[in-house]
Amino acid sequence: MFLHIDDVNKEFGNQSATNTVLSNINLEIQEGEFVSILGPSGCGKSTLLSIVAGLTKPSSGEVFLNGEKITKPGRDRGMVFQQAALFPWMTVEENVMFALRKEMKKKEAREVAHQYLKMVQLSNYTKHSPHELSGGMQQRVSIARALSMNPKVLLMDEPFGALDEQTRSRLHLELEKIWIETRKTILFVTHSIRESIKLSDRIIVMGTRPGVVLEDIHVKIPRPRENHTQMVAKLEEKIMSLLQSEIDKVVKEELAYAANN
Amino acid sequence: MQPTIKRIIFFVALVVFWQVGVSVSGVSPSVMPAPTDVLEALVKGFSDKTLIYDILASFRRLFIGLSISIVLGLGLGILLAKNKTADETLGTLILALQSVPSIVWLPIAIMWFGLNESSVIFIVILGATLVMTINMRIGIKNVPPLYIRAAQTMGSGGVGLFTSVIFPASIPYAVTGARLGWAFAWRALMAGEILSTGPGLGYTLKYASDFGNMSMVIAIMIIIGVIGTVVDIVFFQRVEQNVIRRWGLETTN
Repeated sequence: MFLHIDDVNKEFGNQSATNTVLSNINLEIQEGEFVSILGPSGCGKSTLLSIVAGLTKPSSGEVFLNGEKITKPGRDRGMVFQQAALFPWMTVEENVMFALRKEMKKKEAREVAHQYLKMVQLSNYTKHSPHELSGGMQQRVSIARALSMNPKVLLMDEPFGALDEQTRSRLHLELEKIWIETRKTILFVTHSIRESIKLSDRIIVMGTRPGVVLEDIHVKIPRPRENHTQMVAKLEEKIMSLLQSEIDKVVKEELAYAANN
Repeated sequence: MQPTIKRIIFFVALVVFWQVGVSVSGVSPSVMPAPTDVLEALVKGFSDKTLIYDILASFRRLFIGLSISIVLGLGLGILLAKNKTADETLGTLILALQSVPSIVWLPIAIMWFGLNESSVIFIVILGATLVMTINMRIGIKNVPPLYIRAAQTMGSGGVGLFTSVIFPASIPYAVTGARLGWAFAWRALMAGEILSTGPGLGYTLKYASDFGNMSMVIAIMIIIGVIGTVVDIVFFQRVEQNVIRRWGLETTN
């Protein structure tokens, strides 16, 4: 198997209380799969992604990529965050080249950068500063930057969460196109049911407190999925009912907390 | 009306008021010279080149002192931001020293270095280093953690992460630190020169004062003010604006 998450647990805590964020997560992901991790806020989905990225250490359990244990961040796992995280003192082109600076000569890096900026349709903005770009364009640069390293896995942490509805829809199409073109394995964290159905082959539905895998759904709807609204709606309903009890649980806990404080 | 025109009218009015006030009240020029007396002193000072030498001498010290301060401040700021123990000990000392005007170090500096240029430069360094250090420390501490995480996923780490991400991300604070450092250094320099030795603007001011030459005293005060403002506007504010624009930190438009 390609990406193997083996019995991962994560606890945050201090002397007084420990909070279990992830409990016994086991997942196997095949090469080339587009997998969404879906769940309500607080289910630890971002933490799980961060563990795969190597930015966070699990309390117990291991993650293997191609049989190699993940211990720290690496260039084989490109990451796209909710914020574009571009460096403001560099141009768009330099930002992408940053990911390549150790691997190749400057001239070559520039060519590769341009190639990926073209893929996200930003060829005309190579010399711009990030702050001159809209949020959606910045996020595209950030996708180009992650892809330019030619990672084995692309990790995306609610990458379109901060964007407006129209921009998000456009980027969904673009991401789908890129995925079909490159056949990268993508691990996509989201709290939007519709987004996960629109994009992924497989949806890992997570429950909260502690974060567990509720269900592993293979999406069999043919692409492009806009043409199969009925099937999408049916699946959406199914996932909604799965998550309903989880959302109720969160609301109840929050109300109880509010009442006690 | 344009700000420049407003400013010109204001300053012309101020000078006229001053001139008329002095002539009407008939005070002695040794108490309050008129603008014409000050102008005369300025012309005389510049034509016999004494003021030019003074300005150059002062700038030389300032340049040496401020350069050392910026380098020291960068180093200390990074140390305090990166090392918790240093921050809790040395950091507290630096904050405490910041509330002591650097000129009060002059007597002890004269004991250490003698009544010479080194003492004045020492005062300048003390004046500017602390504010540079404090700004640099905040700059490093305020680097968004997201930048660091993003860089790590691109294989950056250790010293490379510092030089290619953390340091550049803190440049806006470093520039503000240098600008404030310049203002502190300029004040410290003038105080140091008045109380110690020349050549230099402060020393010539003191010298003129000893001979009751108030026209020269005011002339030098004006030079000090003009240089302070011009360097700030022409150099530091411009650099700061550029950095703020480049780093995308503008809040308006």
